[in-house]
Amino acid sequence: MLLINCPWCGERDETEFSYGGEAGIVRPENPEILSDEEWGDYLFMRKNTKGVFTEQWNHSSGCRQWFLVKRDTVTYKIIDSYKFDRSDSENKGSK
Amino acid sequence: MQKNRIDQISEINKDKLLNFTFNGKKMQGYQGDTLASALLANDIKIVGRSFKYHRPRGIVASGAEEPNAIFQIGSGAKTEAGLKATQVDLYDGLIATSKKGWPSINFDIAIINDWMSKAFGAGFYYKTFMYPAKFWKFYEFFLRKLSGFGSAPDQKDPDNYDHKNIHCDLLIVGAGPAGLMSALCAVQTGAKVVIVDEKDRFGGKLLSSSEKINNIPAPEWAKNTQAILENSPNVTCLKRSTAFGYYDYNFITVCQHFKNHNLNQVKQRLWRVRAKQVILAQGAFERPLVFSNNDRPGVMLASAVSEYVKRFAVLPGRNIAVFTNNDSAYQTAIDLKQAGISDLVIIDSRKNNNSNAYLDVSSLAIEVKFNTAVINVRGNKHVDSIDLASINEATGIHDKEITQRKCDLLVYSGGWSPAVHLHSQSGGKNEWSNDLHCFIPIKSNQECESVGSCNGKWSLKDCLEDGLKKTKIILTNLEFDTPDVPLPEVEEKKYFSISPLWRVKSDIEPELIPKQFIDFQNDTSVTDIFLAVREGYENIEHVKRYTALGFGTDQGKLGNINGMAILGEVLGKPINEIGTTTFRPAYTPVSFGVCAGQDIGKFFDPIRKTAIHDFHDRLNVPFELVGQWLRPWYFPRSKETLYASVHRESLATRNSLGMMDASTLGKIDVRGKDAIAFLERIYTHDIANMSIGKCAYGLILGEDGMIKDDGVMARLDENHFYITTTTGGAATVLSWLEQWLQTEWPELDVYLTSLTDQLSTIVLAGPNSRKLLQKMGAKGIDSDELPFMHTAKTSINDLDVDIFRVSFSGELAFEVNVNSNSALSLWQAFMEHGKEYNITPYGTETMHVLRAEKGFIIVGQDTDGSVSPVDAGLGWMLSKNKDFIGKRSLTRKDSNKKNRKQLVGLYSVDKKSVVSEGSQLIKNKNKDKDNPVPMFGHVSSSYFSPILNQPIALALLENGRDRYDERLVAVSSDENEIEVIVTNPCFYDSKGERQNV
Ligand SMILES: [Zn+2]
Repeated sequence: MLLINCPWCGERDETEFSYGGEAGIVRPENPEILSDEEWGDYLFMRKNTKGVFTEQWNHSSGCRQWFLVKRDTVTYKIIDSYKFDRSDSENKGSK
Repeated sequence: MQKNRIDQISEINKDKLLNFTFNGKKMQGYQGDTLASALLANDIKIVGRSFKYHRPRGIVASGAEEPNAIFQIGSGAKTEAGLKATQVDLYDGLIATSKKGWPSINFDIAIINDWMSKAFGAGFYYKTFMYPAKFWKFYEFFLRKLSGFGSAPDQKDPDNYDHKNIHCDLLIVGAGPAGLMSALCAVQTGAKVVIVDEKDRFGGKLLSSSEKINNIPAPEWAKNTQAILENSPNVTCLKRSTAFGYYDYNFITVCQHFKNHNLNQVKQRLWRVRAKQVILAQGAFERPLVFSNNDRPGVMLASAVSEYVKRFAVLPGRNIAVFTNNDSAYQTAIDLKQAGISDLVIIDSRKNNNSNAYLDVSSLAIEVKFNTAVINVRGNKHVDSIDLASINEATGIHDKEITQRKCDLLVYSGGWSPAVHLHSQSGGKNEWSNDLHCFIPIKSNQECESVGSCNGKWSLKDCLEDGLKKTKIILTNLEFDTPDVPLPEVEEKKYFSISPLWRVKSDIEPELIPKQFIDFQNDTSVTDIFLAVREGYENIEHVKRYTALGFGTDQGKLGNINGMAILGEVLGKPINEIGTTTFRPAYTPVSFGVCAGQDIGKFFDPIRKTAIHDFHDRLNVPFELVGQWLRPWYFPRSKETLYASVHRESLATRNSLGMMDASTLGKIDVRGKDAIAFLERIYTHDIANMSIGKCAYGLILGEDGMIKDDGVMARLDENHFYITTTTGGAATVLSWLEQWLQTEWPELDVYLTSLTDQLSTIVLAGPNSRKLLQKMGAKGIDSDELPFMHTAKTSINDLDVDIFRVSFSGELAFEVNVNSNSALSLWQAFMEHGKEYNITPYGTETMHVLRAEKGFIIVGQDTDGSVSPVDAGLGWMLSKNKDFIGKRSLTRKDSNKKNRKQLVGLYSVDKKSVVSEGSQLIKNKNKDKDNPVPMFGHVSSSYFSPILNQPIALALLENGRDRYDERLVAVSSDENEIEVIVTNPCFYDSKGERQNV
C-alpha cells in the first residue's frame, strides 16, 4: 500500500486517496474545430509509461484537494508530490 | 495411550492433561502440545489422503511447511477448515477431522487413482475433464468429493476479529537467533520495535538446539531474551503471529492468533504495520529428499523430528534411519541417540569426509553408511523397511545391488532453503548460491534486510553476528545512537557441509520405478516434471501451472527447490537459469474472519438515514437500500402486498395528494462570481438566460457525451445556484465538479458546498398539493405567482422553507426544502393537515411507477453509461449556443451511427403480463434455442400502471423511435416470453397538462 504525501496534509495511506490518471491532459480550448481523431486522442488515449509518470491524485477521504504525483511505475516509488500551482508543474489536466 | 511420549525435560506440562478427538477417536495430550505433537504422541501415522492419488500421508514437518496434516478443527459455527496441525495449539475439547479420504482415511475408494496413476500424470485435469462440456457437473461432483480441503461453516462465525494499525521504527519478522539478536540490539536505543513470531514463544530453532550462548543453553538464552523484550516499553512482542504479506512502502500485514479466547475476546487480530525499516529473520526450511515412495507415513524431516523429541518429548519411532546429504541431520541422530534410540543408522549420500559431525556421531557409536542412498520405501500404510543401494559418485546413479533394512521411522534432510518469501514479496530478487546450494536474497527494493539463516547464514554465530551487524547499521541510519552491544560468546556445532542430491537416480526410466514425490500437497512427482518438459513446458512458471508444483496451501515451502533443480536437470540447465516462481501474499492461509475484522454486519458499510426515518420506522415500512441510504420502499397498510400498496399510493397521488421523503437527493450549493460560466460548461442547457427564481431540469454528461447524472437546478440569485443530483450520484458528482474546478479551471471563482444532510426534502404531489400548502400558511404559491419550474421562499407552520415547483410524477407538485432539524415535525404536520385530502405517503416503488408513466428516466436504471441524451429522447436539452462537457462527443461518428438504442415505451399485448426488467427484445417467439437470435434491445423499467390499468415498460431499442407500433417479444432470463408493442415512452398525460395547473 502506497504512502502518499498530500501537499496539504502530509503522508497518508493510499486508502485515503483516489486516483485521477495521467496528468497534463488539457481540455482543448475549442473542441468544435477538432477532428474526430483529435478529440478521440484527448478523450481516450493515455500513455502507459514504464518509469517515471506524472499523475493526478485526490485526497478524497481527507482534504479533498487534487494534486500531482511523480511515481515510478516499475518500483512504485513516489519521487515527488506537489500542488497544481507549483511553477514547474504540468499545471492543467482533467479526465 | 500416548505410546510415543518419552520421559524427558521439555516444554510440555505433564500435569495438565488435555482431551481431544481425532476423526471421532478420543485421545489425550498435554498442555504445550501442538495438535501435531499430540497426534504423534498417540502414534497416529496416517493423517490424511493425498490430493490426486489418495495415498496415505503422515506428518512430515513441524511448522508452516507441513503439507499433509491439514484438518477441519472444531464443529458447528466455529469450525475452521484447512488448518495445519503443526500450527494448532492443543486445547481441551479440540475436535480435529481429516477432510480428505472418502469414506475414511484408512480405507479410501479413490486409492484406485494411485493404481491407475499412469493415467493421472501432469495436466491430467486439463486433458481429461474438458469434454464434453455437459459432463462437467458430473466431474465436479466427484472431484469436489475427492479433493476437498475442508468445509466452510454453514452458520455465522460467532468469534470476534479485529484490526490494529501500528507504526514503528523497526519491524523484526522472526524471533530465532538472528531476530532476537537484532531486537536485543535495538531495544537499547529506545527505537520503537515490533517483533513477531509464529510460535507461542520466542526462540525458533534455538528451542530445540543443544548449543550454548554466553555459556547458557540456547533455549534458556531465548527465554531470557524474550523476558528482556517483553519488559521493554518500546518493544511490542507479538507471539503466535505470522507476517503474511509485504506490500509497498514497508506495509506489512501480520495475523495474530489468541490462545484460549472466549466469545467476548478477540480470536484473531490483523496488525497493519507500517515500519521505517524491516528485518527479515524468518529462518530456513529444511528440504526433503526425493526417492521412491518418499511420501509414506513415517518419513519425516530431520529438524522436525528433533523438535518433536526435544520440545514435546515425543519419539515417533523406535527403529530409525536418518537419510541425508548434509551435516545438519547428524544432530537429529544425536538427539535420537540421547533420547534412548539404539536401532539407529545414518545413510549419507556423500563420501566420508571426517567432518566434525561424523566424529561426533562416531563417538556416540552411531553407524554411518556413506555413499549410500535410500532408493525405495516399503510398507503399504507406513514405513516398515527401506531399500538401500550405494551410489556411483560420478553419475549419481545407484547400484543394482540392494540391501533391505527394517525401520519404523525414516528421517531425512536434503539441506536448507532460506525463507525468502517476504523478501520476494517486497520486490527483492534472489540469487542461486553455488556454495550454499540454495537461493539467497539479494538487495531488496524496500527498506528491508534479511538476516540469519533466511540470508544463508547457517551457523549460530553467523546468525547472531548477521543480526547484530545489520541492526546496528539500520539504527544508525535511523539516527539512533549506535548501540554498544557485543556479540555473545557462542559454543556451536558447525554442521552445515552439504553436497546436493536432488533426486535418487536410477538407470531405468523414472516412469518405471515407484513414484518419487516432490510436492506432497499436490502429488507432483519427478515423472510429472519429465512429462511437462516432453510436452513443451520449460519455463518454471509454466511447469508450475502444468504440474501444480507449489500450488498447495503450503505454497511449495517443502518441495519447490527440489522441483526447480530437477527441472534444471531435465533441461540440462543450472538452477540459477531456472529461477524461482513468483512469491505472493499470503505466506500462510489467512481466515476471511480476520480479513473482515469488525467490518461486518451493520459495520460493513455506513447506513444513512433521513431526518424523517423514525416516522417510517415506526410504521415498520420495508426499506430499500439506495447507495448507502435507507429509503422507504412502500407504505403498506396492515398486511398489504407491495402490489396493493403501490396501487393505492399511486392512485391517491394521481387523484388527490401523495407525499414522499426525497431527502436523499444530492443537494449542492454553487456560488461565486463565475458560477454561471462554470455551470454553462457542466450542464447541457443555457444557464445565463435563466431568471432568478427559475428552475430547470439539468443533464450532466461525461466528456464521452453519455448521460452521467441529472436533476433539478435553480437560480437563487445573481451568482447563486442550487443543484440537485440523483441519490446515488451525489458524492460522485460533487467530486467530479471539484475535479474540474481544481485541475482544469482553477481560475474560476466558484464555491461548492454539499447541503445533502443539512436540508431535507418533502415532495407533495397531486391535484390537492397546493391547497394543503396554502392551508398551512404558505404564501405566494398561486399558479401566477409561482409558475411551473420556479422556486420561492415562504414559511409553513413558522418554519422557513424553500419551495420548488417541479414534478417527477407529472402531477402538480412541490418539493419543500426545510432544515433537517425540523423535517420530522413538518412531515408530521403535513400528515395531520393533509387528512382531509387523504394524504398518502409513498415510497420509491410508487415514485418509479409515477415517473415511468411519464417516461422520465432514472439515471443508472434506464441509462448505463452508453446512453446519450439523443438516445434518451432528450436532444431538445442540448444547447446550440455554447460548449459544454461532452458536447463534442455527440457529433462523433459513433454517436450518430445507425442502430443506436433509443428509449421507447412498451405495452404488453395481453394487457396483463408485466415483463421482467432485463428482458431481451427479439423479433419472434424463440423457436430454435441453439442459435443465437438477434437481440434488438432490453427492458430497463417495467411496472403495472394503476392509473392506466395495464403493464407498461421502458426499453432501449435499436432505432426505437422509428419502430412505434411494432410488435416484439420480450424474453426474460427464465425464458418467459411476452408479446409487446413499441410506443412512445410517455404513457400518461403526454401534453403535460396536469403539472401546469
Ligand atoms: Zn490532504
